[in-house]
Amino acid sequence: MKVLVTVKEVAEPDDDFAVEGTDIAASDLEYDLNEWDDYAVEAAVQLAEAGIADEVVAVTIGPERAEETVRMALAKGADRAVRVWDEAFEAGFADVAAKVTAFEAVVETEDPDLVLGGVQAADTGFGATGVALAERIGFEHAAVVNDLEVDDDAGVAHVHRELEGGVEELTDVDLPAVLTVQTGLNEPRYASLRGIRQAQRKEIDAKDLSALGLSVEDVESSLAITSMYEPESESDAEIIEGDAGETASRLAEVLREKGVGA
Amino acid sequence: MSDVLVVSEHRRGELRDVSYEAITAGRELADARDGDLHVAVVGGDVDRFAEDLNRQGVDAVHAVSNGEEFDHNVYQSAVGALLEGTGAEAVVIPNSVNGLDYAPAVAEAHGYPLVTDAIGFEYDDGLTVTREMYGSKVETTVDVTGDQFVLTVRGGEWAPAEGVGDATVEPVEVDHPESGARVTGFEEVGGGDVDIADADVLVSVGRGIEEEENLELVEDLADALGATLSASRPIVDNGWLPKNRQVGQSGKVVTPDVYIAIGISGAVQHVAGMKGSDTIVAVNTDPNAPIFDIADYGIVGDLFDVVPELIDEFA
Repeated sequence: MKVLVTVKEVAEPDDDFAVEGTDIAASDLEYDLNEWDDYAVEAAVQLAEAGIADEVVAVTIGPERAEETVRMALAKGADRAVRVWDEAFEAGFADVAAKVTAFEAVVETEDPDLVLGGVQAADTGFGATGVALAERIGFEHAAVVNDLEVDDDAGVAHVHRELEGGVEELTDVDLPAVLTVQTGLNEPRYASLRGIRQAQRKEIDAKDLSALGLSVEDVESSLAITSMYEPESESDAEIIEGDAGETASRLAEVLREKGVGA
Repeated sequence: MSDVLVVSEHRRGELRDVSYEAITAGRELADARDGDLHVAVVGGDVDRFAEDLNRQGVDAVHAVSNGEEFDHNVYQSAVGALLEGTGAEAVVIPNSVNGLDYAPAVAEAHGYPLVTDAIGFEYDDGLTVTREMYGSKVETTVDVTGDQFVLTVRGGEWAPAEGVGDATVEPVEVDHPESGARVTGFEEVGGGDVDIADADVLVSVGRGIEEEENLELVEDLADALGATLSASRPIVDNGWLPKNRQVGQSGKVVTPDVYIAIGISGAVQHVAGMKGSDTIVAVNTDPNAPIFDIADYGIVGDLFDVVPELIDEFA
């Protein structure tokens, strides 16, 4: 079977950051592979190692800068990658449907049996693309999967969905399917030196909208970010000042007052 | 005038609190749109649920009697049928694990814009949603084009709807496709020798501890204080501590006398599990970490400097 893994390069703000306009200043952002997607990549690579997946293709929507992140997925064992980008995405804040339209076009070409992606992206935190994609392409789906076993012969994925409050739902999902992967599903590997070398030779196929048979109107967003700000701190905490010894001493006093360590 | 549909959530025989909060959010929207508020309950003991959901401000409860537990295919079909039947063009769904298993599909199927995890909104000519980005470090306002949409609302952000309403209760049965995702059971996780929910004092460790070897430091602190050790999600994801030690939305909800957060930034999912603690102490290097918003006492500093000193204080 063929597995498509959606990955995203996410931006993480530094401890000190400034908001410029409707986003965080670019100089205060660092980029990395989305943590949830790292687990999805690992799940796909494990399926390949188990002889269940014949090919693992990573797909991302992102600018050229994102190739570094995509190479990480390749270094961890994805066979090749597709990177979708277009000026149209630079203009504003892509909504879920716009992303799904781009992924749908890639799915049409790649024809996967299983699509894996993270539950959510660490930066925007929508948590919606996978399930919306499944609806668009007519696949089954399961969101927030933290245990996965694929029975290729039966055409079923046995999954656990992590519900709130320490309860897991056990579900059988017919393939083809889109599964959104929760952290903790597996132990994402570090890329080996050999993997990193091999990744340099793997293909990243960059496609713009016209290469996907799409136009700018197809990815028009229904959403616009109109402001961004740091929430006012509601903190009424007593911040204990001083060096480590002084702060520990004052905290010890507080804790003893509360009866701790008595 | 345009109606609003709120879809409630239940699990294993109980309506979840966020259902009542979603009703409050839905009522605000319905008022702004000069429309009626419809509430759907899908599956399970719908008659009992419908009675509970008939709170002040609800105009109609639609009791969809298909199935028992959550099935996204049934929920999608039910919402589709109710949008058609009621003429509602705005849908409010809890931003829960199950909510996110069907809300995006509903939006996609109907071509509605989707905004998830709302913590507030204003409705003037159209909908402007307040939500967080970058791991709760900033808030944003998001304008939605048009007056049709699906909105998922975060738990704990709206007050639960109260009182008894005078809603009509309408029994509904919907046609739905045979489900390609079948629930075969449920499993409780996080059992075992220790119940962190019983502890009076918790020393809780997060990502700031950096390496598994460093856990010894917080174990020593817990010993010195006579406290129980708990953790935030990344520590459990890494397999450094068992699931029964996890505090948060997907772990345990704890309310100790004293909660000492060591190297925990305080993501919303974590805070949901410990904000009811009597006294909260936080040690973190990042002065902007959201944990300080709910802490009573904070130390902005390196846990590797502070914790050894604190152990010495109690040695």
